[in-house]
Amino acid sequence: MVRFVHPTDQESTMSPLTFSLKFPLRQRLDVSPLVPDRLVGKSRAELAAIQLQYGNRKVPLGEFFTIGGSDPETIHLTGSPKLDFIGRGMTRGTIEVEGEAGAYLGMQMRGGRLRISGSTGPYAACELRGGIVEVGGNAGDWLGAALPGNKKGMSDGVVIVKGNAGNRAGDHMRRGAILIEGNAGAYLGARMTAGTVAVRGEVGCHAGYAMRRGTLLLYRPLAAILPTFNDCGTHTLGFLPLLLRGFEGLDTFFATPVARRARVRRLVGDLSALGKGEILLVL
Amino acid sequence: MDQVMAEREIMNINGVSIDQTFAEAFPMKATRVIITAQNLKWAYHAAQSMTGFATSVIACGCEAGVERELDPSETPDGRPGVAVMIFAMGGKSLAKQVETRVGQCVLTSPTSALFAGVEGGEIPLGRNLRFFGDGFQIAKRIDGKRYWRIPVMDGEFLCEEATGMTQAIGGGNFLILAESQPQALAACEAAVEAMRKIPNVITPFPGGVVRSGSKVGARKYKSLNASTNDAFCPTLKGETQSDLGPEIESVMEIVIDGLADEDIKKAMRAGIEAACSLGVTNGIRRISAGNYGGKLGPFLFHLHEIMA
Repeated sequence: MVRFVHPTDQESTMSPLTFSLKFPLRQRLDVSPLVPDRLVGKSRAELAAIQLQYGNRKVPLGEFFTIGGSDPETIHLTGSPKLDFIGRGMTRGTIEVEGEAGAYLGMQMRGGRLRISGSTGPYAACELRGGIVEVGGNAGDWLGAALPGNKKGMSDGVVIVKGNAGNRAGDHMRRGAILIEGNAGAYLGARMTAGTVAVRGEVGCHAGYAMRRGTLLLYRPLAAILPTFNDCGTHTLGFLPLLLRGFEGLDTFFATPVARRARVRRLVGDLSALGKGEILLVL
Repeated sequence: MDQVMAEREIMNINGVSIDQTFAEAFPMKATRVIITAQNLKWAYHAAQSMTGFATSVIACGCEAGVERELDPSETPDGRPGVAVMIFAMGGKSLAKQVETRVGQCVLTSPTSALFAGVEGGEIPLGRNLRFFGDGFQIAKRIDGKRYWRIPVMDGEFLCEEATGMTQAIGGGNFLILAESQPQALAACEAAVEAMRKIPNVITPFPGGVVRSGSKVGARKYKSLNASTNDAFCPTLKGETQSDLGPEIESVMEIVIDGLADEDIKKAMRAGIEAACSLGVTNGIRRISAGNYGGKLGPFLFHLHEIMA
């Protein structure tokens, strides 16, 4: 559970920098400036004066948030499904969101840790380049994907979703790992170039559609296997325990010894694309 | 000669006299790899094959040996394994030796997997071996490191991209002088057993012991860069400038390669202590070292300092 520091704690030295929403938002609010990289060295007044895009207007941050704490390397934020671009491009530090987040959570993030206790909208972790994104609830469509028109999705880092993910998770993904503890929607890992997507729950149709390389590691039987995937049989793959041990220290099912399984059925595809991808069905 | 004898008497452990001399060693480049397998037996098969014909850089191209066994909790993939160290005179020759040896001896060994044992990445492992996969190989980045899954007939050969390279020291040594050949060998076995517990070192010769210690160059054959250490050959006592007293009938040497000065010192101390523990009653009479008068290398390991 995320510990949320109340604004009255602000006098204690180096407590997390907190931004508490004063009222429910009516328009979408772009909070991309609220990342450790851009807040270091700023006074309380300078923070309050940061211009945020709110709908079609620019509004000073102080109008929306009560500011508390002082450590810009650790940012706490009140969540709202209208807060977009949380942690965009951040390279270091920690952002914790109590509640929900809007679209583009952790977009193009390069490092650090971004954690939200609730659910997030579409394009979470899109074009992620590093760092760790943890979603306590569900994630929308296009998790870890490329922005519309772009061909390079998530290229490094780890995304953990405790709930379900929408459609097209891992679309155009190139590297890194997406770990979904609930269910995943349709077109999981479509057009993947490489990387790993693991799903503990059910997976929708068209999993691995047009994937070139990469691994979909699925802990439940797949309801519908694309005809462009071929069965390579059952195997004990030594790299799997190594892969899963790599997640040690992260708060996810996939880091636990229970998840560390090596016996899988290997499907290779998508043979309509490069055909070097694989769906590994844990036995 | 009297003076020499007097110096020898300065240090004595369990009736075994320790010569006031030094072992002379030289700089090398080294790496370590970790070989795992279904069980320790098969990890050893791969390791022993890989470290075969790797006793001396004089003609083998490298010196290699098993450093120690690894518990499953210590290996990257959680299987039993061994750590192997390889030493060569330069980075390029080291890389070449590692490439050919892992390619022919580890890739080929059933159930094996291969990992880096030194940080860095200068020495290719999977970076070159992957081509054996003929396009079917798969790269995986795990926890910031790149691994290759190379399809082979028993399943998949898992291999880390590369291992590191580090400065090292080769040719640390000591000599065990005994009243008979079996007694010398027994002392050597005890010494090697004790030295196996010391990290960062290997004893590259067969069983860790070399009976044909060499001197730099040759007396008669000028083209040779090493020839028999005649001063320590017991059958030549009356034929050459011998360093052996009448009581010595057999001399054996233990050569140590290590990552650092300190590692070699620790290993020499452990080995000499173990050899001396057999004592004069078991026919162990002297401990000496390969001292080449400064012709071999810049690292000097003084026996008296090490055993002090």
